Amino acid sequence: MDVRAQVSMVFHLDKCIGCHTCSVACKNVWTDRRGAEYMWWNNVETKPGTGYPTGWEDQSKYKGGFEKKEDGLELRAVGKVRGALTVFHNPNFPVIDDYYEPFTFDYQNLFDAKEGADQPIARPVSMITGKPMEIESGPNWDDDLAGSKHYAAHDPNLANVSAEEREALFDIERLVFFYLPRICNHCLNPSCVAACPSGALYKRGEDGIVLLNQERCRAWRFCVTACPYKKTYFNWSTGKSEKCILCYPRLESGQAPACFHSCVGRIRYLGMVLYDADRIEQVAQTEDHDLVDAQRSLILDPNDPKVIADAKRNGISDDVIASAQRSPVYRYVIEWGLALPLHAEHRTLPMLFYVPPLLPVMAQKSENGHYDTTHDDFLGSIDQYRLPLQYMASMFGAGNEAPVRYALRKQLAVRYYRRAVTTGDIPQEQADRLLKEAGCTPEEADRIYHLTALAPFDDRFVIPPMHREEAIEMLDEPLEAKGFAGMGIRKRPERGA
Amino acid sequence: MLNTLLFAVLPYVAVVLFLLVSIHRYRKEPFTFSSLSSQFLESRQLFWGSVPFHIGLVLLFFGHLIGFLFPSQVTMWNGVPVRLFILEASGLIAGLLTLVGLVGLIVRRLGSARLRINTSSTDIGVYLVLMVQIVTGLWIALGYRWGSAWYTHTAVPYLWSVARFAPEIERVVELPLVARIHIVGAWTFVGLFSFTRLVHLLVAPVPYLWRPVQLVIWNRERRHRRPGN
Ligand code: HEM
Ligand code: SF4
Ligand code: SF4
Repeated sequence: MDVRAQVSMVFHLDKCIGCHTCSVACKNVWTDRRGAEYMWWNNVETKPGTGYPTGWEDQSKYKGGFEKKEDGLELRAVGKVRGALTVFHNPNFPVIDDYYEPFTFDYQNLFDAKEGADQPIARPVSMITGKPMEIESGPNWDDDLAGSKHYAAHDPNLANVSAEEREALFDIERLVFFYLPRICNHCLNPSCVAACPSGALYKRGEDGIVLLNQERCRAWRFCVTACPYKKTYFNWSTGKSEKCILCYPRLESGQAPACFHSCVGRIRYLGMVLYDADRIEQVAQTEDHDLVDAQRSLILDPNDPKVIADAKRNGISDDVIASAQRSPVYRYVIEWGLALPLHAEHRTLPMLFYVPPLLPVMAQKSENGHYDTTHDDFLGSIDQYRLPLQYMASMFGAGNEAPVRYALRKQLAVRYYRRAVTTGDIPQEQADRLLKEAGCTPEEADRIYHLTALAPFDDRFVIPPMHREEAIEMLDEPLEAKGFAGMGIRKRPERGA
Repeated sequence: MLNTLLFAVLPYVAVVLFLLVSIHRYRKEPFTFSSLSSQFLESRQLFWGSVPFHIGLVLLFFGHLIGFLFPSQVTMWNGVPVRLFILEASGLIAGLLTLVGLVGLIVRRLGSARLRINTSSTDIGVYLVLMVQIVTGLWIALGYRWGSAWYTHTAVPYLWSVARFAPEIERVVELPLVARIHIVGAWTFVGLFSFTRLVHLLVAPVPYLWRPVQLVIWNRERRHRRPGN
């Protein structure tokens, strides 16, 4: 057993209000620069919808992630041989128009325009060319446009949804949507790393953060193609790829990443998990149907004495182990089974987990045109989910409905149980019975309620000391590194000749 | 005098510049090593430019290199006319591919406002030098048959003499003007190389072919594991 530690994450989708505060926090800190204007290391998209870049989930176009072959895993479009063949022009590489052309407005004209009969206007100006342009697309272009035949209908996750259910989804009275905030998943088997021929991308051993060394990137740009989540971006000005760094300078000083810290809905959780690196290769080759469970089985119980002993032998510090024992991620993903990886079928073993949303589940429009929230078989109602279960399974179950159904049933039961406790208008025995059916105890339900609904700051973000000072001692003269948070580049990044 | 400058001095200036600047740049400015791909801003036309351009260039590079390293074998190979034709035709095709690709790249760059913004003066310099090389190269191939035959006992001995630090410029000064331009252009290319985006060639990712798939770097264990150093 090769025990390693990973900073891992949970996003509770039921709580996301789609306010984009997270995206703006990230943009202000990291990507408000030339060449990076179009990048949203954190973005929030509406589901069903096509997302950002447009249709990123359509791997027949972008060819991201790994494919399971007889003799192991293979990158879908790049890798050693195919990479060499496509280095001069990469047919699956997303281009600026798949995202959007970044723009600003000519505000100066509002001040400088000559006096005339009309109000002066601020025309949109391209942030690439500086010329006036027509805006044809933007970040969140299909925000809240679920039901749109133009956007949502092209959501690749609808592929396995029956025609009838599809029809219903686009029925104006039954429209339903939820938000999906996305950052880099800091995968255990990252395809971006596997694809980078320069060795610029790497996973940090101590905390699993996936970084891209700007001084080693040579713009072969395979990582952009290889990431199935399209979470590496190409800076067209510096000629280097870039990606989410999970705010490691903040983490190293004990702060939550900017998008986590600023999250208005308090949907985000961050904590350490311990996992068995020896089994990564085997787990990544599991059949789709069992992939979610197999991935969860990689995560080890941080209270198991054997795991602790092995972790210590691997040089994992006591602080980190203690922090893994308090990890909210371990609760949601392993103990409660509520949080699931996004698109596990690409076999990168993403370490950001999502609690699938319950809210749009409940109401069904009945014969008489009313929304009917009562149901005889309460938990069974999940199978009449307004958002077809198969749709959710395509995103969070690698096609398998079972883990999604389990997570939704449990959430529903906890909600029912809490209602019995707080308002008393539901018989307690009935609530207890439902909890039992959903595989939950009252104690567990209370803990789920506490971490989900109250969600105190220090319980959401359990960040261990990263002992950066020790690392720096090993690498540099400590005095030279004084006042320096671990950022690699200390000069202005300028485009090479 | 001018001949000495161009064929006996320029080569050493060029090679010294190439070596010193490349090494210095790699050590001090690793951030500037990049192919500076422009596919993100324009992809469709890039295919018709970049692919023939690079395939042609890589073939031409090895063609020149083989002639330089194994001149007598090339002469022997050319002893049979069919084989000479095959060699010459391959060279010509490679040259034409490169020309088509380069013209494609230039037209593409001029035609797109997004790309023009992202074009530096060194990019234009690179285009110019390459254009001179390809046009003079094709001119030689078509006008002074058969280049692959006489290259091996004019330019190749000259190149070896330069390598031995005893340049025998008399081997090339009598060549036709186009050929002399081609040679001077080549040294200019070598001299300017490390100031331009051409350095991407020096970092072509060959070690990827035998590298393990995943890359994990530990901060705490050993100094030599640190990335980039
Ligand atoms: C096997 C080695 C080589 C590799 C892997 C390579 C790779 C690349 C790549 C990825 C680009 C960027 C294309 C894009 O997406 O815009 C590029 C551009 C370029 N390469 Fe190479 N290259 C190689 C050899 C060469 C050679 C031998 C030359 C010339 C002597 C050369 C000259 C150029 C030029 C001039 C461009 C700029 C094209 C443009 O944007 O107009 N390359 N190369
Ligand atoms: S989400 Fe993409 S960029 Fe992030 S680690 Fe996974 S493969 Fe790499
Ligand atoms: S800040 Fe939080 S609630 Fe708002 S969009 Fe982002 S993830 Fe959702």
